[in-house]
Amino acid sequence: MKMERPAQAKSLPKAPTGIHGLDEITGGGLPKGRPTLICGGPGCGKTLMAAEFLIRGALEFKEPGAFITFEETGEELAQNVASLGFDLEQLVEDKKIALDYVRVEPAEIEETGEYDLEGLFVRLDLAIDSVGAKRVVLDTIESLFGGFTNQALLRSEIRRLFRWLKDKGVTAVITGERGDGSLTRQGLEEYVSDCVILLDHRVNDQVSTRRLRIVKYRGTTHGTNEYPFLIDADGIAVLPVSSAGLDHEVSNERLSSGVPRLDAMLGGKGYYRGSSVLVSGTAGTGKTSLASHFANESAKRGERVLYLAFEESPAQLMRNMRTIGIDLEPYVKKDVVRIHASRPTLFGLEMHLVQIHKMISQFKPAVVIVDPISNLMDAGTAQEAQAMLLRLVDFLKSKRITALFTHLTHGGNPTEATDVGISSLIDTWLLVRDIELGGERNRGLYVLKSRGMKHSNQIREFLITSEGIQLEDVYVGPEGVLTGSLRAAQEARERAEALALQGEIEAKQRELERLRAALEVRTESRSNAAKRRGADAPQNEKGKATAKAR
Amino acid sequence: MTSMQPSAGEKWNLRLYTAGQSPKSLAALANLKKVCEEHLAGRYSIEVVDLMKNPRLAKDDQIVAIPTLVRKLPEPLRRLVGDLSDTERTLVGLQIRPGK
Repeated sequence: MKMERPAQAKSLPKAPTGIHGLDEITGGGLPKGRPTLICGGPGCGKTLMAAEFLIRGALEFKEPGAFITFEETGEELAQNVASLGFDLEQLVEDKKIALDYVRVEPAEIEETGEYDLEGLFVRLDLAIDSVGAKRVVLDTIESLFGGFTNQALLRSEIRRLFRWLKDKGVTAVITGERGDGSLTRQGLEEYVSDCVILLDHRVNDQVSTRRLRIVKYRGTTHGTNEYPFLIDADGIAVLPVSSAGLDHEVSNERLSSGVPRLDAMLGGKGYYRGSSVLVSGTAGTGKTSLASHFANESAKRGERVLYLAFEESPAQLMRNMRTIGIDLEPYVKKDVVRIHASRPTLFGLEMHLVQIHKMISQFKPAVVIVDPISNLMDAGTAQEAQAMLLRLVDFLKSKRITALFTHLTHGGNPTEATDVGISSLIDTWLLVRDIELGGERNRGLYVLKSRGMKHSNQIREFLITSEGIQLEDVYVGPEGVLTGSLRAAQEARERAEALALQGEIEAKQRELERLRAALEVRTESRSNAAKRRGADAPQNEKGKATAKAR
Repeated sequence: MTSMQPSAGEKWNLRLYTAGQSPKSLAALANLKKVCEEHLAGRYSIEVVDLMKNPRLAKDDQIVAIPTLVRKLPEPLRRLVGDLSDTERTLVGLQIRPGK
């Protein structure tokens, strides 16, 4: 078995699960050659997790598996895992997985004396040998307790079974239903001492979240938190949320925001690669437009952009952006830009995070845009939202992905306070706001902060035109920045003044010209008079020159 | 449990699953023979299946516990687990004697 990291060379050998995120939390997988218990309430995903462990083992790690099911028939199981995109029947046919459905029907069994579960051992042995299994799943062995009455015997047989599995050297996963006050109804955890994973399915505020926790994992360090996980068409995805801390690599590379004059405000070059950018503002201030500019600019460079839209459908977003001269559609077609739209209330925050995680891992974008993050707040409390954003920002930074978030601040809130208190996570914060002046609302933009670069301190008016966002020149009046028609008036005034000045200058020049002409006329007549007096030519010439010079 | 005395002409087809020559298996076979001789003399047949030799049958016939006795005939199929040392339960299980 290949170790995940050399640092773990001395720790337990591990069997990678291939389940997205789980191997990170467990530091490489489940304990190899030992049993692991996966327990949880009904419908928490025990069987699927066990099945995915086995199937991925067979597919990705060349470890055939034996699936002993006590609850579902082989066909039912095949149907269930088909929903995760696995073809179990094919794997069985290819001799990569052995499947055995052990039916325990209490009504059919009459106990007439001493017995043991040797039949189960024989079947397990057969299943393992038939495919050379390295992995075994028993789902769920507790069903035996329903079928047989002799509990003491069952317990000793299960103990014997686990010892037997260890002797066989197979990595086993045993599932168990959660009981009252204990991890499993039959206390299976007392037999499995190496690794216990608890799954949970909770509903908070009508939003359900699946969570996973490693209760124990002997002989290895592991994440101890509850990790949200997701079951979707690609299987299970666990989100390792333990942020590694502030040790991201930084880049000096700069990325254009797509608005040249905005770049000029940001030290002349734009955002840093791998930084997090926040654009906050009230409704209709052009946040999405700014985000799209950045998306467009990045796509133009050929960098992949993941655009997470929580307000608009991809089609609507593209249509709207076309009206300001940004056409994302060709990039979407080329799969350089991927727009993922979902309702924030579709599921809980963690689920969003898991999903974002997954999309990023698959798509590997250079730029991620979340528009807007404030909508995610609706899916949880402010505290949860902050925690989630922290994880998200951390994750993106660790991947050196440039992130742009938009944030909708509500009227009445002080504009410089985001509800989520994420300002400390943000490297560059642009504020877009309405400026009410002279009976108009106009859009203004300023750089609230921008770490690591010289940035403009001016409030700039900007227009959203059919060619995109345009930052206007700055006119500072007695009441602050002049915007809209006031700016236009100021411009006109300045133009008028300039014209007037120009006129004045021209008038002065004309005057000068006239004076000079008059002078020349006078000199001319004087020299003509001298000629007439009969002076010789060279002298005359000299005299003329002197007169001119004078 | 339906009460049903074995009728005279009925053929009894019994199959005993064992795993090797374990004491429990041997005891079960001995106990079974005794019961059959007493109650079904002349109209029974016993087939002993050693799962160590035929492991595939454990899967095909859904055997978990050893020893398991399966009454294949007369219908319906009945399963008994254990070494058949509890004669009362064996008779009830095989429906040779009605249950209480």
